[in-house]
Amino acid sequence: MTNDPTNEQKNYICAMQLFNQTWDLFKKEIVLEWRSKYAFNGVLLYVVSTVFICYISLNLNPGLNSSKGYPIVWNVLFWIIMLFASVNAIAKSFMQESKSRLLYYYSIASPQAIILSKTAYNILLMALLSVLALLVYKVFFANTLGDPLYYFLTVMLGSISFSTVFTMISAIASKAGNNGTLMAILSFPVIIPVILLLIKLSKNAMDGLERSVSYSNMAVLLAINVIVIATALLLFPFLWRD
Amino acid sequence: MKFIYQTWWKVLAVLLLLYTLIAGFLLGVPRLPILHETIRNVYFHVPMWMAMFAVFTISVIYSIKYLNTGKEKYDLIAVECVNTGTFFYVLGLITGMMWAKYTWGEYWSNDPKQNSAAIAFLLYCAYAVLRNSIDEEQKRAKISAIYNIFAFPIMVVLIMVLPRMTDSLHPGNGGNPAFGKLDMDNHMRMVFYPACIGWCFIALWIATLRYRIRLIEYKNNEIN
Repeated sequence: MTNDPTNEQKNYICAMQLFNQTWDLFKKEIVLEWRSKYAFNGVLLYVVSTVFICYISLNLNPGLNSSKGYPIVWNVLFWIIMLFASVNAIAKSFMQESKSRLLYYYSIASPQAIILSKTAYNILLMALLSVLALLVYKVFFANTLGDPLYYFLTVMLGSISFSTVFTMISAIASKAGNNGTLMAILSFPVIIPVILLLIKLSKNAMDGLERSVSYSNMAVLLAINVIVIATALLLFPFLWRD
Repeated sequence: MKFIYQTWWKVLAVLLLLYTLIAGFLLGVPRLPILHETIRNVYFHVPMWMAMFAVFTISVIYSIKYLNTGKEKYDLIAVECVNTGTFFYVLGLITGMMWAKYTWGEYWSNDPKQNSAAIAFLLYCAYAVLRNSIDEEQKRAKISAIYNIFAFPIMVVLIMVLPRMTDSLHPGNGGNPAFGKLDMDNHMRMVFYPACIGWCFIALWIATLRYRIRLIEYKNNEIN
């Protein structure tokens, strides 16, 4: 018997290290955000003011609430607001970091841990934001939801998908001059299929359709997420090296 | 790399294309309702996408190779393959739209297959914009390689997976039978498969020519 660790043990140690690093970086992101509360409050204000602008401009046309297309507009408008809010929220995730601080992270943690912790933090941020946004939106725009639980679940799925896609794209955009145009150009083709699926899912939930109707769409959405996370994990180690 | 300087496959490509042009327009096709003679478009529309997939796949392979080795050559191959692929993408869209005009009634009828093809086209336009936005050569090569690898699976999902799950009118999607299963008889296969191979070779040829021009430019600009 030797004391050398077997391959399985080595893999286990590596996985534990990755998990610990991710967890530490994740806590660091939350602490930083908690101190300034800048990203959260900023985006929350952004969402609330957008909802309010929509509310005022749509109320210029009296009788819209009772018209036939109102629920469809309600649903689509919510997702468009969420789309722009999340672009704004997540575009910051790599811009905020100064070059020297990034260098420090890379010397103490693996690149996978960095992208995973950023993604996890963005998921948390977006989940909180979308719940609040949904509440505010529901207050201003009255609408009955056929299946509130599934609508909520779709909103959660949406915030996860937005976070995974935008985190990777913002990492790419931050390397390439860091402008907002590039972020939008790069991310919109990727996010369009996601948002189409989300609108379909939430429409089903709003109409209170049978839950089994949505399963295949949910599976595709999760599959897209898995693809994006897998490619991000594979590609990010090449991206950060300068 | 010797392969791209050989002649036999270029001759083969030209011969195959001549054959598909003649046989594709002259040989008999099964008479089907609505489709009639437009079924011949399968010899020209589908091979465009095959050629596009072929060069995009090569481009992804060379992007991966670039990330592993950092050789400038591989980046040139990747970018020229994407350029050629985008050209065939446009051709595929146009031939599809012309066919749609005669069978579905409109050039663009808000069909899921058409829409997601248009979205995936934006992906590759974004690739071009991304390349232009970075001045530093190595950084540009690295970041565009990363984006290329990232975009490819999403393009596949958009074109191959999503339209199959919705009710698209496109053959082979949304419960519609593909031509291969029902409508294509063995005569058509004898034209269709050579057409695919021929167009793939043509796309490859264009890409290699463009790559060789770029390589010469690159060597001219080198400081020795």
